[in-house]
Amino acid sequence: MSERAIHRPHAEWTFSGARRRVSAMLLRHIYILRSSWPRILEITYWPMMQMIIWGFLSTFLHGQSSYVAQAFGVLLAGVMLWDVLFRGQLGFAISFLEEMWARNLANIYVSPLRPFEHVASLIAMSILRAVIGLTPASVLAIFLFHFSIYDLGLPLLAFFFNLMMLSWAVGLLSVALLMRYGLGAESLIWFLIFLLAPICAVYYPVTVLPDWLEPIAMAVPATSVFEGMRIVLFEQRFDMHLFWRAFLLNIVYLAAGAGIFVAALKDARRRGRLFQVGE
Amino acid sequence: MHRGGWPKSPDPGSIAPCMSNTVIEVQQLTKRFGPVTAVEGLDFRIGAGDTVGLLGGNGAGKTTTIAMLLGLLLPSSGSITVFGEDLLKHRYRVLPRMNFSSPYVDLPKRLSPRENLDVFARLYEIPDRKARIAELARDLDIASFLNRPMQTLSAGQKTRVSLAKAMINRPELLLLDEPTASLDPDTADWIRHYLETYKRQSGATILLASHNMVEVERLATRVMMMRSGRIVDDGSPADLLVRYGRQNLEEVFLDIARNRKAAQQAAQ
Repeated sequence: MSERAIHRPHAEWTFSGARRRVSAMLLRHIYILRSSWPRILEITYWPMMQMIIWGFLSTFLHGQSSYVAQAFGVLLAGVMLWDVLFRGQLGFAISFLEEMWARNLANIYVSPLRPFEHVASLIAMSILRAVIGLTPASVLAIFLFHFSIYDLGLPLLAFFFNLMMLSWAVGLLSVALLMRYGLGAESLIWFLIFLLAPICAVYYPVTVLPDWLEPIAMAVPATSVFEGMRIVLFEQRFDMHLFWRAFLLNIVYLAAGAGIFVAALKDARRRGRLFQVGE
Repeated sequence: MHRGGWPKSPDPGSIAPCMSNTVIEVQQLTKRFGPVTAVEGLDFRIGAGDTVGLLGGNGAGKTTTIAMLLGLLLPSSGSITVFGEDLLKHRYRVLPRMNFSSPYVDLPKRLSPRENLDVFARLYEIPDRKARIAELARDLDIASFLNRPMQTLSAGQKTRVSLAKAMINRPELLLLDEPTASLDPDTADWIRHYLETYKRQSGATILLASHNMVEVERLATRVMMMRSGRIVDDGSPADLLVRYGRQNLEEVFLDIARNRKAAQQAAQ
């Protein structure tokens, strides 16, 4: 054993140090994904199944419904963009859950990794998992149904970015629930996002909703994204107003999510839930 | 005043033999979980290079104390200073200088020891990661299974990997919670030898929570006895044996755990 003096990282926060620590956490999750094909399958399986089912439904409705006839891809685009939101939130929360399953949270929170750096790594993982999950589905849609989500062009990036932001906000809430209620809250993270599904206007215009529900629906950033998506598909134009509305609402949601996360982390440290994770 | 008239918690100003360079200073540390008081009014200092055993039965408050010293658990009241920094305010100034190992905490099972150590080497910003991992693999005899998934390792092998993770940053302060729990005597002896060597070579400070008396007697230069969340005695192993009139620490432990009056009188 040779215990010579060792270089200590800066006690004060530096960007380069944070980048290295976030990369370390990313690497940890990539190691996990690389070692487990069921995890990769789980990420890609549902988006592909959803796309196939909605693709055939669109094919059927194309000859039956003027709504689908006007823009064949309206349902498929909805499915795929909804999956951006769902996979983004799931990728965020599951990457945290991996630490709970592994009983590794204490190791992480005793290391120099700051909580916000941990969140940054969860954000990066949510993007990675969403891309891994949706790329095969989008390619399959091109071959099976001759519909390319990429034909949306640059607006697709705007939709993707806004939906990811909302997924991080809901992801922060999911993680807060996991910290507060332990693994007993695991099932919550699988359906939490579906609370938003009926009012997000994924497959139908927001005007379909009852009058009293419309303002509530429009307070959800995703609703503006899906409305914007339909405008691109039906009218071939990008509605900047809807984009900014979604973006600014996302800032509010993210701020709320961050506040809830910080409060939950403090509560977890008060209750000792970082050390002994359980139900 | 301790319940049953046990010896008082030593005055933080007069307790430990090596006080010139204090690494940990704890004052009136208390932790309550609702109506349950897990730790109450702890006062102690640990000097640089000391190996201190935290002894006590189940529920005595050892793990709670370690969790608070790591900053994983917020105290209900009291203060913790580590390396001269207030742990509650400046935790990230001291975390790079310390590390820990506990049977309540695992490393990801699907990753290999090499992958796990690589991740933690990056988190601690170790400059030459490969060399450090190779060094630990040699020192802790984990080289032969460095690339196998953790889930395929025996309990003893996993413990050695956890210890390697705890050593990855060459900690100046090492907190160990039952480091040889559930290990066979040979592996446990091996781990103790490693810790002795590490301490001798690095001059690190070690706080060791255990209810293994042999381990504490062998490793610790000082023992703090806990019962019902309080420190009921504190001293070198030799001092405690004399004070309680016993042959070994196990007998002292039983006296304290069972609140034996004879021991109390002997201690007085």
